[in-house]
Amino acid sequence: MQLKRVLLDKINGFWMVTSLATILCLPLIIGTGLYLKAAPLFDQQSFMSLVFSSNWAPSKGEFGFWPFIAGSLYVTLLSFLFTAPVCLLAAIYLTQFSSKQLIRVMHPVIDVLAGLPSVIYGVWGILIIVPFVSDYVAPIFGTTSSGYSTLAGGIVLAVMCIPYILNMLIEVFNTVPSGLKEAALSMGATRWESVKHVVIRGNFPGIISAYGLGIAKAFGETIAVMMVVGNVVKVSGNPLHAAYPLPALIANNYGEMLSIPMYDAALMFAAFLLLIIILAFNLIFRYLIHKTKRQ
Amino acid sequence: MRRIKILEEKFFVILSAFMTYSLIAVLAFIILVIFVKGFNALSLDMILKTPKGGYYYGGEGGVLNAIMGSLYIAIGATLIAIFIGMPAALYINVQLVRYRRTQNTIRYFLDALWGIPSIVYGAFGFTLMLFFGMNASLLAGIITVALLISPIMVRTFDEVLSTIPRGLHEASLALGSTRTETAFRVMFKQGFSGFITAVLLSFGRGIGDAASVLFTAGYTDNVPVNLDEPAATLPLAIFFQLGSPIPEVRERAFASAVILTVIILALSLGARYISKRYSKTNLK
Repeated sequence: MQLKRVLLDKINGFWMVTSLATILCLPLIIGTGLYLKAAPLFDQQSFMSLVFSSNWAPSKGEFGFWPFIAGSLYVTLLSFLFTAPVCLLAAIYLTQFSSKQLIRVMHPVIDVLAGLPSVIYGVWGILIIVPFVSDYVAPIFGTTSSGYSTLAGGIVLAVMCIPYILNMLIEVFNTVPSGLKEAALSMGATRWESVKHVVIRGNFPGIISAYGLGIAKAFGETIAVMMVVGNVVKVSGNPLHAAYPLPALIANNYGEMLSIPMYDAALMFAAFLLLIIILAFNLIFRYLIHKTKRQ
Repeated sequence: MRRIKILEEKFFVILSAFMTYSLIAVLAFIILVIFVKGFNALSLDMILKTPKGGYYYGGEGGVLNAIMGSLYIAIGATLIAIFIGMPAALYINVQLVRYRRTQNTIRYFLDALWGIPSIVYGAFGFTLMLFFGMNASLLAGIITVALLISPIMVRTFDEVLSTIPRGLHEASLALGSTRTETAFRVMFKQGFSGFITAVLLSFGRGIGDAASVLFTAGYTDNVPVNLDEPAATLPLAIFFQLGSPIPEVRERAFASAVILTVIILALSLGARYISKRYSKTNLK
């Protein structure tokens, strides 16, 4: 009886450790797998020319990823400009000013927004944002646009990232000790001043990390962006033109990648690049958040 | 001076309130648009039939193949994720309970893992598939999605387990139970609401994710019977039908979007209800 229990404990302990170790090693395994697949590419071109060259001609064996990286950066930046103020203000309102009732309503709202699949956002973008850009935004600037543009991608991405950033900001703001705020109020500050000087300034690293993680998420988002962004290989500064982000490149070309030599290596390199960039972002900013939480 | 301060406060409170309420409006707007657009083409045939010949030119049929494919993949992946995710979460909270630092480091890595985009998992699943010489199939899709949702499962379950008071854990050990018994008879029971939430959340993520199954699960008009057959998925069905130039087919994409949205809404609200219901009986 005793032996059986101990034996069971040993077996189960082994099971638990193995599963945890497997999950923790996942990024390493994924990274190595993708790197090995992409390795043949490094014999032909240097890392720098892969990343910063704009020559994209897979059939000739020329792989310059700059148009895609630039496209990704541009869409992400645009979405960040839209989300950042909205999230900050909404998080302040929810943690400092709002009634309990509103918070109770907002929790499921944020959950559902976060849980909607990206295809649904893509469908919504095609139905609403794309016509909006081509019919209303483009005429304002006196140009025409098909609507499938960097701007549309930025707006859709912004909506997708809101619940993600908002959740983290709320968590960060909730860690502010109420004594600090009360101290500010008792010195004669208005509530907004106490928010401005205590809540925002005191949580600066937390806010930056929430934004950083939001950017990382936006950078890797695939389907929704790909549906509205137009997918044209060209570097363009105009937000009303189409772009071609990195994840969309991978998703669009999986069908033909085995028929052109080195193409699969190139796409795996793109995935590897995405993994490295996003993992680095996550590790840095998660570290900041964990640090602020412990204080 | 005082007036300006008060004015500033008023301005920002109203602005931030507006932002908050606009989020509710945006959610309502998205769901409304999907439902209004998709309702016309939504019929029982959509849900109960697989695509017949000429479906992609406006012919008869439905998206049963995609619904079933998505369900199979999500269920399979959730089962695998439970198998490796549940013990991992319990391990963090039972065996490692004395090592605060290790716990935090592990949580930190898990959070970072959560951030890896699904397209990277998809690409990795594809390399794995080539490595083992498999074709795009239900099995490959299940494994890829399982990898994607395991960190989510662990972290969500762990979040609830970590709130269980130390005393309960110690009492169980003091009565002479092994750590395994503590884990499954005490911690698991106490954290059951969190477990259900974690399962439903991972399931929802698995059913809605498109980028990871794009490479690995393939696409087919039939409901898959074996693990080595390709499987259609609902998000991809929406995506492909939307790319068609024929209006009827595009209408059907919107209808499929309604189906997917309803599934996700049900899962998300169900998770809320269940976690409330089961946490009522917990010891505090």
